[in-house]
Amino acid sequence: MSAALLAAATQTVTTSTAEEVLFWCLAPVMVIAALGLIFARKAVHAAMSVIVVMISLAFLYVAQDAPFLGVVQVVVYTGAVMMLFVFVLMLIGVDASDSLVETIKAQRWIGWIAGIGLGIVLVGVVTRATYPSMTGLATANADSNPVAVAKVIFGDFVFTFEVVGALLVTAALGALVLTHRQRLTPRIGQKERADARVAAGGSLTPLPAPGVYARHNALDVPALDHLGRPLEESVSRVLRIRGQELGVEQFQAPALPSATQTPTLEPGTEDQA
Amino acid sequence: MSLMALAAQHVTGLHLVAAASPSGAQSGVAADFSHDNFWIWLLKAVVIVVFMLTSVLIAIWFERRVVGRMQLRPGPNVHGPFGLLQSLADAMKLLLKEDITVKAADKIVYIVAPMIAVFCSLLTFAVIPFGPSVHLFGIVTPLQLTDFPVAVLYILAAASVGVYGIVLGGWSSNSTYPLLGSVRSTAQVISYELSMSLSLVSVFVLAGSMSTSQIVSSQQSLWWALPLLPAFVIYVISMVGETNRLPFDLPEAEGELVGGYATEYSSMKFAWFFLAEYINMINVSAVATTLFLGGWRAPWPISAIDNGMFNTGWWPVLWFLVKLWALIFFFVWLRGTLLRLRYDQFMKFGWKLLIPVSLGWVVCVAAVQGVRRFSSLNLQTILVALGVVVLVAVAVSYLIPERTEPRNAGKPAEPGVFDAFADGYPVPPLPGQTLPPSPRRARAAAAVASVTDTGTEAQEVQGG
Repeated sequence: MSAALLAAATQTVTTSTAEEVLFWCLAPVMVIAALGLIFARKAVHAAMSVIVVMISLAFLYVAQDAPFLGVVQVVVYTGAVMMLFVFVLMLIGVDASDSLVETIKAQRWIGWIAGIGLGIVLVGVVTRATYPSMTGLATANADSNPVAVAKVIFGDFVFTFEVVGALLVTAALGALVLTHRQRLTPRIGQKERADARVAAGGSLTPLPAPGVYARHNALDVPALDHLGRPLEESVSRVLRIRGQELGVEQFQAPALPSATQTPTLEPGTEDQA
Repeated sequence: MSLMALAAQHVTGLHLVAAASPSGAQSGVAADFSHDNFWIWLLKAVVIVVFMLTSVLIAIWFERRVVGRMQLRPGPNVHGPFGLLQSLADAMKLLLKEDITVKAADKIVYIVAPMIAVFCSLLTFAVIPFGPSVHLFGIVTPLQLTDFPVAVLYILAAASVGVYGIVLGGWSSNSTYPLLGSVRSTAQVISYELSMSLSLVSVFVLAGSMSTSQIVSSQQSLWWALPLLPAFVIYVISMVGETNRLPFDLPEAEGELVGGYATEYSSMKFAWFFLAEYINMINVSAVATTLFLGGWRAPWPISAIDNGMFNTGWWPVLWFLVKLWALIFFFVWLRGTLLRLRYDQFMKFGWKLLIPVSLGWVVCVAAVQGVRRFSSLNLQTILVALGVVVLVAVAVSYLIPERTEPRNAGKPAEPGVFDAFADGYPVPPLPGQTLPPSPRRARAAAAVASVTDTGTEAQEVQGG
């Protein structure tokens, strides 16, 4: 393996100065970011380090005359895969601890055997591989880089490509099947909630906002109704329970003839007035 | 920050120009950058940044004036002629406001997030063609900073990295509403970017390239918006979703999430998010112009004048800007017309309608293009054959018997008697129920009848 790769490497040690400068600028950044992935305390910081590595890698790909690979690296890995990671991190939170209990018997051993098998296959393939003679970038990219990549993927390796696609679809379907939950209770949507609220005697409209029509506009001052009486439910329940609601009398509108006849401030008496 | 953006553009630009073949134009790219030197690049880059920033100022003013007209009020009209300096005054106010860093915030991420948003939004215009080649200080150069065979993918990449600004900004604020806003924005962007890229794929298939200058030159006879109308519609819908504009502004829905991801931001850091949002709006409009609306090409009757005289020199910049601002007007029009969607409706719309439709459309376009390439049939034959297939399908659909059962056959039948206070709340009659005759109307009718019987004062009563 190494002999063939070394031979390939010695054939193409012709980097331009600009490319070398770019490499030596990006390489330390990438190494530091990669170390950040290992040592960062917060999962989001680790994810950010990975993003830095990915984007720097994309720059290097572009510098090596593989613009398609470089841009797709950003679109697919940074834009979609890492975004999903960040999404899950935010939804689940970083404190979720993994359970180390083996739920399927001998799972660990099966995993080891499959891993070692894959390793043997890979070593076998890589050592036995023979490389064709180099054609050079100018010939390879003759019809522009994306066309050349398309010819390789959809021409020479179309079967491999299809197999990988089938594998990914299978994995996605498997995840769907494994995480699918049968609904045991009927779905409670917006309509059902509204019906339940009305049936329980609640109001369909939002509660009145505090301070409306009162002579003082603040969160702890109840709103006044059309007769100038305070509406208790306009003040937050928390403030009412804590006793932090301001007294209603001082902000009440000047007594109206009709209001004086109904001095009780109980909610629910409005209908009689 | 913008200097970094320029540097990034230059790395790509430098390299690609260096790799250009000796014959002049790079393979797969229509524009010829081989005569450009460093000063031309610098000039173009600076002009692009200045163009973006002034466009944002004008776009804010434009939006407020147009929305004002739509809501029957004047809009900003005090500072400067037609209120043009209002945006400048607002920008100054934002700059001079106190810059608050939330105590519980994750400091580095909190500061970096708005920078990511602006930085990435400035990248797109590097590959947008403003016009064909012109003489600039004695050098023939295209009115475009750079172009390469995967330029449109590069735009998508810049947009997808820009979302990290919103996501990380919401997360690092360490507060509930911003986090909800950023989670929404992640989901929104992932879903709408899919349909957006799929709608762009059909343009790639027809144009045979992903380079912006090549796509513009492929629209010489026909703008892709016409043959690819479904893709254009899908792109327009998903570009609104991508830029968090009404009716899809769920990450910053002020009725639900205060300010969404930007809640804890103030002063310049907020201004950066604001700037990025407007630059993104201009970006997606420019992409729609370039890919679907012929780019810098003059619209049809004008393009025919004097053998295409208006498609040369500096004229195309005008057509490009006209198309760009027409799309921005469309954005403003949407904002003045539509209400915000509910979040689940929005996701359902994206995943169950937009993505399947765009996928199906790409398959159709690819199939037609494949038949064109690999068989001797010409386009006319294919279109006629497709028309016949559609007609046969329509004819067959008439043969299928219509559904005889009513739609809600499975549901229990509604009670025939109408209960005006069902569930304890006044309700209108449901389909199938009839409103009982109104006693008040019967009384009024009776009164009118009695009056007309008496004859004399009938006119007066009805008039009163």
